[in-house]
Amino acid sequence: MKYNGKDFVATGSQTVGPFFHIGLVHGENAGRLAGPEAQGEHIRLAIQVFDAEGAGIPDAMIELWQADSNGKYNHPDDPQQKKPDPAFRGFGRLPSDKQGKMVFETVRPGRVPGVDGALQAPHINVHIFSRGVLRHVSTRIYFAGDPANAEDAILRIVPAARRDTLMARPDPQQPGTWKIDFHLCGERETVFFNV
Amino acid sequence: MKIFDPVPEGSQPERRYAGYVSTALRNPRQPLVLMPQTLSELTGPVYGHGPIGETDNDLTKHCADEPQGERIIVSGRVLDEGGRPIPNALVEVWQANAAGRYRHANDNHPAPLDPNFIGAGRTLTDGEGRYSFITVKPGAYPWRNHYNAWRPAHIHFSLFGTSFLSRLVTQMYFPADPLFPYDPIMQSIPDEKARERLISSFDLENTRPEWALAFRWDIVLRGRDATPFENKP
Repeated sequence: MKYNGKDFVATGSQTVGPFFHIGLVHGENAGRLAGPEAQGEHIRLAIQVFDAEGAGIPDAMIELWQADSNGKYNHPDDPQQKKPDPAFRGFGRLPSDKQGKMVFETVRPGRVPGVDGALQAPHINVHIFSRGVLRHVSTRIYFAGDPANAEDAILRIVPAARRDTLMARPDPQQPGTWKIDFHLCGERETVFFNV
Repeated sequence: MKIFDPVPEGSQPERRYAGYVSTALRNPRQPLVLMPQTLSELTGPVYGHGPIGETDNDLTKHCADEPQGERIIVSGRVLDEGGRPIPNALVEVWQANAAGRYRHANDNHPAPLDPNFIGAGRTLTDGEGRYSFITVKPGAYPWRNHYNAWRPAHIHFSLFGTSFLSRLVTQMYFPADPLFPYDPIMQSIPDEKARERLISSFDLENTRPEWALAFRWDIVLRGRDATPFENKP
């Protein structure tokens, strides 16, 4: 068999459209990445998604993928010796409400190895889907004030003036809740990655 | 572990595509920031889904009776960029009914809902990367993107491969639909061959006599095995 990798080009993406809830949103626990027994600091992650005019997007869907509190991914290709936390799922998916809001329940992730084996700062990987988005956009959530942010190789690639768009911040009104806004476009546009 | 090459030029949609009006306010104007792939991108939710029910891949069996419309079989393989099958991949689908109406509160197209059709299914690929669904052929439906805008009949597909990078949400179309040239969602993909790969083919081999027509559609997800297996000179 002659496979040179070019004969099989990845299938083109198309928008999820406005009716994705039929197929992709089922199960009340879809926004819960960590069960009650999961180790680590339990947090709520409140996200709001905006368009270029600052309006909340009512038909967006967000997927999160993260390591457990010990910095281990529940995946066969994670070469680290440690065992994944059995009470931690690591994946979550939620649709936005009419204001573009959604709240995930998770734990603060541990540090995982990154470029050249150096540890990355705690972060959560994000895909955003929506009507009007033909190809999902990808970004990361970091935690404002984490000392490890200063040495994170991926954050260093991001222009300093825009790093703030990736930072979740504690909600002073609600202890244990971290907030982040994603602006798909416009003056406060979130940094999106080409991976 | 799989390696991920850059996506070939023109094979994916333009993010900001003038013909699809809603893209203008919902996609970045700034260039994407190029970053290296780390463990975070090369892993993904392979164990994340709940149990799959026996009839989850038969959309004609989710209600008391059979839905209206043309019963069809849709099957194919999920492959990586090296042409290798991806086993145990979660495939989720959703679609309009035969009249072109979604069972969704925001769909106000004045076509009938079918009490016997929900329009959602899911399955896992087998050891050879094969998936299969039984459903009814969805109808075309109007949308308000431009005057007299109609979407060609399609089934929405959502796939998880082996990592967060191989994530794909797309739409499968049916052969020879006259609406293709007028559909900005499909036309947003610049490369003609890449557009054609979204179109299923009539599948006589899997057609069941006296029962249902079949369509075949293969899906390729990003990534291929790190072990080099190209033919050497």
